[in-house]
Amino acid sequence: MIEIKNLSKTFPSADHTVEALKNVSITINDGDIYGIIGMSGAGKSTLVRCINMLERPTEGSVLVDGVDLGTLSDPELRKVRRNITMIFQNFNLLMQRTCLKNICFPLELAGVSKAEAKKRALELLDVVGLPDKANAYPAQLSGGQQQRIAIARALATDPKVLLCDEATSALDPKTTHSVLQLIREINQKLGITVIIITHQMSVVEEICNKVAILDHGVVVEKGPVAEVFTRPKSEAARRLVFPDGVTDTLPIQDGETHIRLVFTGEGATNSPLIAQLAMNKNIAANILSANTKTIEGKAYGNMILGISGGPDKVKEAIEYFSQGGDVIVEEVTDHVR
Amino acid sequence: MLDKIFAPDKVSEALVVLQNEFPLALWETVYVTVLATALAIIIGLPLGVLLATGDKNGILPLPKPVMSVLNVVINLLRSIPFLILMIMVIPLTRAIVGTTVGTVASIVPLVIAAFPFVARLAESSFREVNPDIIEAAQSMGASPFQIIVKVLIPESVPSLISNATIGITTILGYSAMSGIIGGGGLGKIAINYGYYRYKTLIMIMAVILLIIIVQVFQSVGDHLAKKSDKRLY
Repeated sequence: MIEIKNLSKTFPSADHTVEALKNVSITINDGDIYGIIGMSGAGKSTLVRCINMLERPTEGSVLVDGVDLGTLSDPELRKVRRNITMIFQNFNLLMQRTCLKNICFPLELAGVSKAEAKKRALELLDVVGLPDKANAYPAQLSGGQQQRIAIARALATDPKVLLCDEATSALDPKTTHSVLQLIREINQKLGITVIIITHQMSVVEEICNKVAILDHGVVVEKGPVAEVFTRPKSEAARRLVFPDGVTDTLPIQDGETHIRLVFTGEGATNSPLIAQLAMNKNIAANILSANTKTIEGKAYGNMILGISGGPDKVKEAIEYFSQGGDVIVEEVTDHVR
Repeated sequence: MLDKIFAPDKVSEALVVLQNEFPLALWETVYVTVLATALAIIIGLPLGVLLATGDKNGILPLPKPVMSVLNVVINLLRSIPFLILMIMVIPLTRAIVGTTVGTVASIVPLVIAAFPFVARLAESSFREVNPDIIEAAQSMGASPFQIIVKVLIPESVPSLISNATIGITTILGYSAMSGIIGGGGLGKIAINYGYYRYKTLIMIMAVILLIIIVQVFQSVGDHLAKKSDKRLY
């Protein structure tokens, strides 16, 4: 279990200080795939680097299974880094070594014999699905393949925790999906806790079970992914979860009110609510935008409807939608971009 | 002017010198250059490592005064013109080699002039290594020593070979200058016959030979640098 307690990190410079992280507290349980999301500059990379002490926090502590990493000596910290490994946005493979030797590298550092290291590396090449690339050099591989080699390298020392720093940000959507599936498999089969740093909501949606949202160095919201998705409370969370700015494409018609529906379970998406509203209540709803996502196997959707005919009609529509119990309705007063 | 340089008596004179003195001179130039470069690398490469890793936020930080002294000494030696440096280290040369004339004696000032240059070249090769890769190695639990030996040096090999080629061709040029204060080789021939005795043709021949040697070193170096770089395929 990883506990981040009241972590702050300040970078001093000549004329001003940059407060990259302010009083961050997060708990990550064994087996979690924990997402940390935020815009560029929010402090995500700094935070993940404090977890393996590549950056030392200015205040606060990082406890891994009860051990405060800040109290460890450098040699002890190096041992811990065999247990908490990392993959990066730009892969960071050693370009002058073959893929096999890249995977052997952490084992070499740990003093494992060459023969044993080679054996383990070949096993891992199978795990990541690249058995024929043992003697190829990284420059001969595509981005997705390089990231897989990096993942194999990160698994070499049998870690308990894998840190992913924007690991899919440099990959196309299809490759991103296959790399994320690999990470999910690793989490499920090997029980490795994964911490994923990203700025892409789609990544969090795809494999994370918990998420923390970082905005200008502060955790503005955290919790189970389904919870944060359906009931985002903070401004930053809403900006990430509801990124559709309707006023970008459609002007708000005079007399039209916009409402947002969030579908929270299987029941809601199976019944044709919009059609029923028109048939039973005679209220025409204009579908302005619709977006559905699948999180942990359940269908969730959010829609923005435009309803004209005055505040009474809007009230009726809201009541109608709310009666089901698994739909959340709210009026949209300003559009989130 | 050309008819004066290539007059028949001058040509036959030149051919005689070519047969008698050039072979030894060629050998002296090459062996002095290679030996001096090798020694300069042995001293300069570790210094280059210190220069590249010893900063405050570097891989292996050194105390600030040590880094200052190192940088000042290297800059100082780099600033002194080679001809003057040769004369300044005459007492040291005499102490090490026993004499101040001849090819062996010329190795001492050559190495002293060359090692700071090699150190700076090595430092620049090491600084070129992607810092993200160093960070990745740290995240895998590598010690500073492991980072230097297993990451910094191997990842900079193509650049080091390129820079070694620059080093060796520069030292070749210095070795030719050493002919002025009694060093051997092609430089001695060019200066003694060309400068002191106005035998232009002989001087031209020596220079052409020097050009050919530089071309050979450069081509070999370029080829090795390219072959060793696994980023190209």
